[in-house]
Amino acid sequence: MGTTTAERSAAPAPAAQPAPRSGKRFRWTTATSYTVLAVLALVYVLPFFVQLANSLKTDAEATASPLDLVPVPPTFSAYEQLFSGLPFGLAATNSVVVALSVTAGRVFFSCLAGYALARLQFRGSSLVMALFIAVMAVPGVVLLIPKFLVLNQLGIYNSYAGLIIPLMADAAGVFIMRNFFTAIPRSVEEAAKLDGAGAFRTFWSVVLPMARPAVITITILSFQASWNELSHFIVATNSPDLITLTKLVAQLASGGQGQSNQYPLKLAAALLMTIPVAVLFFVFQKRIMASAEGAVKE
Amino acid sequence: MAALTTPSAATTPVTPRRRSHQARRREAGAGWLFTAPALALVLLFIALPVLMALWVSITDWRGRGSPFAAGVPVVGLQNYTDLLAGGGLPTQDLGTALRNNLWYVLLVVPTQTVVALLLATAVNNRLLRGRGFFRTAFYFPSVTSSVAITVVFLFLFGASGAVNQVLAWLGINGPNWFADPDGVLHLLFGAVGIDSAPAVLADHGLLGVSWWDWLAGPSVAMTALIILAIFTTSGTFMLLFLAALQNIAGEVSEAATMDGANAWQRFVHVTVPMLRPTLFTVLTLGLVGTWQVFDQIYTGTQGGPAKTTITPAYLSYTSSFVNQQWGQGAAIAFILFAIIVVLSLVQRAVLKER
Repeated sequence: MGTTTAERSAAPAPAAQPAPRSGKRFRWTTATSYTVLAVLALVYVLPFFVQLANSLKTDAEATASPLDLVPVPPTFSAYEQLFSGLPFGLAATNSVVVALSVTAGRVFFSCLAGYALARLQFRGSSLVMALFIAVMAVPGVVLLIPKFLVLNQLGIYNSYAGLIIPLMADAAGVFIMRNFFTAIPRSVEEAAKLDGAGAFRTFWSVVLPMARPAVITITILSFQASWNELSHFIVATNSPDLITLTKLVAQLASGGQGQSNQYPLKLAAALLMTIPVAVLFFVFQKRIMASAEGAVKE
Repeated sequence: MAALTTPSAATTPVTPRRRSHQARRREAGAGWLFTAPALALVLLFIALPVLMALWVSITDWRGRGSPFAAGVPVVGLQNYTDLLAGGGLPTQDLGTALRNNLWYVLLVVPTQTVVALLLATAVNNRLLRGRGFFRTAFYFPSVTSSVAITVVFLFLFGASGAVNQVLAWLGINGPNWFADPDGVLHLLFGAVGIDSAPAVLADHGLLGVSWWDWLAGPSVAMTALIILAIFTTSGTFMLLFLAALQNIAGEVSEAATMDGANAWQRFVHVTVPMLRPTLFTVLTLGLVGTWQVFDQIYTGTQGGPAKTTITPAYLSYTSSFVNQQWGQGAAIAFILFAIIVVLSLVQRAVLKER
């Protein structure tokens, strides 16, 4: 998936030697497409710069000149306020705990189940598979109320368990892993099997290490999804101690914390909560893009 | 490890068979053991909830105690008929929510698909320098949280916000976006002199909403949310199209060029038909996603102004968690579920036909 780009750019570009007559027109279209792309890129990127700039302004300045990209003078009062007057630190800690736990569980369980469905023969495996497919079709929003009912019945409403465990259910991750394991040649495991290694040992020390790219992919996707999750946190807890960043920022946005018009504060909070996924994105950019491209090809 | 190899492997013809039988049983055990955690999670937090909600939707549970307690009144299909045919406030609210979401879907899905395809085509150009930069720029909004982006949009589309300042340079007096409940189509009708509804449209309707109000179009507030949706999702879909475009062999396009097709003809007659499977995926994901819009409403407008940004998902949430009408909330969720399933099937049928 990722290699296609590299191959493409490495390949000699046939259009590089156009007929002389079309040369002029070609340059014209290139110029146009660059202009259009540049304008579009600006539209996609500018909001984030406006956000950054305004998070460093006073309320009055943000209201009066929202488009000025250089705050004079820049002030960090919005950021200070987040940590002094609001439970931002608590929410960040909760978000980290939840996102890391969910990711660990999702990845481990998806790998296990994916491997079993790809490689181990057991009666009922196709039924399990059909169930996973059916479950992927259930729209998440429809599950809002029912999830609350189950959490209540299990007695884990308002607990970390209630925030974390339900988000570990991830049929899509199972599929990604299953597809990856199916593509690994069987001969790899045969040696281990002949040596008498059990299923778990074969999985853990032989096949899983080979699946690193897929594991990294679903790790990133899981972290991103659980970090950005909102609706589950709304229905799984109403305790102020269990507030997560998405909930805190949503409350701020709607003025729920008494901040009706303090845009610098809201923008600063939104910016800070974006940083972890942004860092992850820029570090693993190639892989994220490749995985997003590949996600539908199955 | 070698020591563990079963010595009996080659001794007699009987033992291997027994061994393989045993091994197969062990493998089956491992299979179930490996699948168990994921299976349990999916059953417990997806399959079971659906069944429980189905039960709640035929009760009048008010959120006290267990919905399975003896005293909870079972009302049968009452919640559904109240919503779909009752004519009261529940019907009107559902009708309004469906109206709002329908316009949202009608505008977001085609636009995000076209924008994503155009971005992908532009970025796919081999001669383009800085492709990586452009791809990153277009995709980045898709990575960030919908809550964070909504906050940015609330600011950008504020009454004296950045968007209205840009509009002012162009001599346009921008609206107070998130506070304006006027339907965009009603505004257009108004611009050509049609200010009030013809009696036919005003006196009849569907789900407690008159045809005239169905025809209001998205409110100005909803329009801002529509722009937000296109902004955040076009990047993801761009990547899907890009992957498909890179799989299309260059020869086909080159052959078409030889046959004298110009760029536009090649795009319409060669590229787009070959993108059909991806197009189907993008449209389906778009449809399923847009009918579930919730985060942006919860964070941004809370259904206002004048209920013009209420969506079924948000209505289901408020019915249950705010108004404690759990039966009704669950019923709304199932109506939404049905809509998504039916539309996906219709879409599949329509796109498969040709």
